[in-house]
Amino acid sequence: MKSLSRYLATAVLLFFLWLLLTSTTGTQEVVAGAVFALLVALLGYKGFSARGLRMLSPRRLAHLLIYLPIFFWQMLKANFDVAYRVVHPRMPIRPGIVAIKTDLKTDIGKLFLANSITLTPGTLTVEVRGEYLFIHWINVKAEDVEQASELVGGRFEKHVKAICE
Amino acid sequence: MTATTIIGGVVVGFGTIFLFLGGLGILRLPDVYNRLQAGTKCTTLGAVCTIVGVGIIEPGWLCKAVVVALFILLTNPISAHALARASYKSAVPLCEGTVVDKYREFGECEEAGSTAETADATAGSEP
Repeated sequence: MKSLSRYLATAVLLFFLWLLLTSTTGTQEVVAGAVFALLVALLGYKGFSARGLRMLSPRRLAHLLIYLPIFFWQMLKANFDVAYRVVHPRMPIRPGIVAIKTDLKTDIGKLFLANSITLTPGTLTVEVRGEYLFIHWINVKAEDVEQASELVGGRFEKHVKAICE
Repeated sequence: MTATTIIGGVVVGFGTIFLFLGGLGILRLPDVYNRLQAGTKCTTLGAVCTIVGVGIIEPGWLCKAVVVALFILLTNPISAHALARASYKSAVPLCEGTVVDKYREFGECEEAGSTAETADATAGSEP
């Protein structure tokens, strides 16, 4: 039952990707897309989603839609931040590698958090080990583990938790 | 000149400005990790804006453009993470003026058999 759910989740995602890529609604394309999605999912579902169809529940997708604008706003801020540091004649940087601690348990949650941290102001994930993430920070504001977790990961962690766990 | 052409052109221009700033950052910043920071963030937003802008100018391509943009958005930070980790593992030094290196402290603690939480010494400038 578990692997059937995983298989279906993979097939649904592949079919959705096919629809976006062809961007038509012709019957022939849709049928061919469904057939190929089912075939390709057969090849790849074992390595794909550990949680199956539960990843596609409406509540999670709604959270993802709420999360996207927050993420884009942070990404925009990150770019203006980098632009400021690069263009400023004296380059106000204070780099360092800090450790932060996360409550997330699943691998996909940690991946999501690490990606979000990499694309947001002044931080870059260097290593994920267990419940610690090591972050290269371009302007270190707090060296302490707890404070750094709050400043770097705090703004994302509850959203990521709602989406992935 | 329709409205979509103008909006799309503005978005493409915005993206190219950030691509340029990313290149400038790679020239100016002092070490590999700081350069990766500039490179990753600016090229991600720059490429996404450029591609989506093209999609806005030609609405027929918008779906494909969004798929490509999502692909870049998902893969770019992972490549930056892999590069940063590989540089650290092959002992590329952090630049002068680096204030703290918890990762090195963590590695030393692991060799000594204790946990990272007890590490509280401040690190020097070299890993």
